[in-house]
Amino acid sequence: MYEGAVQDLIDELGRLPGVGPKSAQRIAFHLLAAESVDVERLASTLVRVKNEVRFCTICGNVAEADQCRICTDTRRDPSVICVVEEPKDVVAVERTREFRGRYHVLGGAISPIDGVGPDDLRIRELLTRLRDGVVTELILATDPNLEGEATATYLARMINPMGLTVTRLASGLPVGGDLEYADEVTLGRAFSGRRRVD
Amino acid sequence: MPLYRDEAVVLRVHKLGEADRIVTLLTRRHGRVRAVGKGVRRTTSRFGARLEPGSHIDVQLHTRLAEGQQGPGGQRGLDLVTQTESLGAYGAQLATDYTRWTAVSAICETAERLTEEGEPALRLFLLLVGALRALVEGTHPSGLVLDAFLIRAMSNAGWEPALTECAKCSAPGPHTAFNVAAGGAVCENCRPTGSARPQRDSVDLMAALLHGDWARADGSDDTSRREASGLVAAHLQWHLERGLRSLPFVDRV
Repeated sequence: MYEGAVQDLIDELGRLPGVGPKSAQRIAFHLLAAESVDVERLASTLVRVKNEVRFCTICGNVAEADQCRICTDTRRDPSVICVVEEPKDVVAVERTREFRGRYHVLGGAISPIDGVGPDDLRIRELLTRLRDGVVTELILATDPNLEGEATATYLARMINPMGLTVTRLASGLPVGGDLEYADEVTLGRAFSGRRRVD
Repeated sequence: MPLYRDEAVVLRVHKLGEADRIVTLLTRRHGRVRAVGKGVRRTTSRFGARLEPGSHIDVQLHTRLAEGQQGPGGQRGLDLVTQTESLGAYGAQLATDYTRWTAVSAICETAERLTEEGEPALRLFLLLVGALRALVEGTHPSGLVLDAFLIRAMSNAGWEPALTECAKCSAPGPHTAFNVAAGGAVCENCRPTGSARPQRDSVDLMAALLHGDWARADGSDDTSRREASGLVAAHLQWHLERGLRSLPFVDRV
């Protein structure tokens, strides 16, 4: 146990996800040894993030204004929406440079066992966005795990009657891997999603 | 036994750290076990897909405890998943059908709640595998498979509802009143105030589900199914003393 401010800092750092007591102690002593200007920059960034960053009123992505930069970008295709679980998934899709449409962040996935149902996600907001008739395709890019799959199934069941094209990201073999190491679920999906080679 | 191997069904998963996952397993010989799957959330993981809820797997685990030894506070602590082979990816097959997947969630949560860490529960394990197989085969409505699992799991736990005789005085039925706190159907003399008055068909359906009379269960009407599922859920949650989180989300369309 340390005294006063040092122990308070260790306790606060220890509350962060993935930071245990030893890591919290190491980070605290790193900050103690760091230059004052570096620590002040970190502190002001933390305060700024909390004060200025909010969620986009249209898509639910993180933004510094009412709407995020993707929703306000007129060069983006408004007829295609990619549905993801978390804002970090937007960054992952943006890194591909393949997608030029807009996003909708659900804020998680349906998980009955954890008490998360459809009403706990931003599904109502998504349906409102689809009503204006501008959107023609919805890409379901929820995580390739069971919760993500079930959420995609639920959304497809709700949205298909609206006459939109609903697509799901393909699952399959990772590029650069060996076939013999693929598990049977992934390999099975790769088979069912195989495509013609011209 | 630093390394041991067992057959298991994955009941629940939690994210852990950057790319790991804590999995709760119901094993055939070691009861409920919690273990860490290292790096299974990475797309390069070789067994991440096998550690999804509802997966029936052959698993090798590493434990720090010797045979019969208990960790601090009587807890086993977390084992480590070292190898898995799939025996049936039931969860993955059912996730593409929302109605059946919500039933899987309720089944897995019930199995978790009815078992203790490290205490073998072979009958419940076999019941769980049977229920998952029945859902995948789709030969019976998912709601009926779920209710059959719940009522048989309660019977296995010693909480079988009385259906053909009075729960209090054992007078032979059929009886028209049902009281969860009393333990099932009750006669007119024993009936506590506030008892439900279900249809005769609903109680018959519960008996059919308990005894595996599928011809009768499949022939039941929607009203009986709805009423029977309500009674089964109420009976289970009264004994568990806490609601099941997944039950309100079960899609019984």
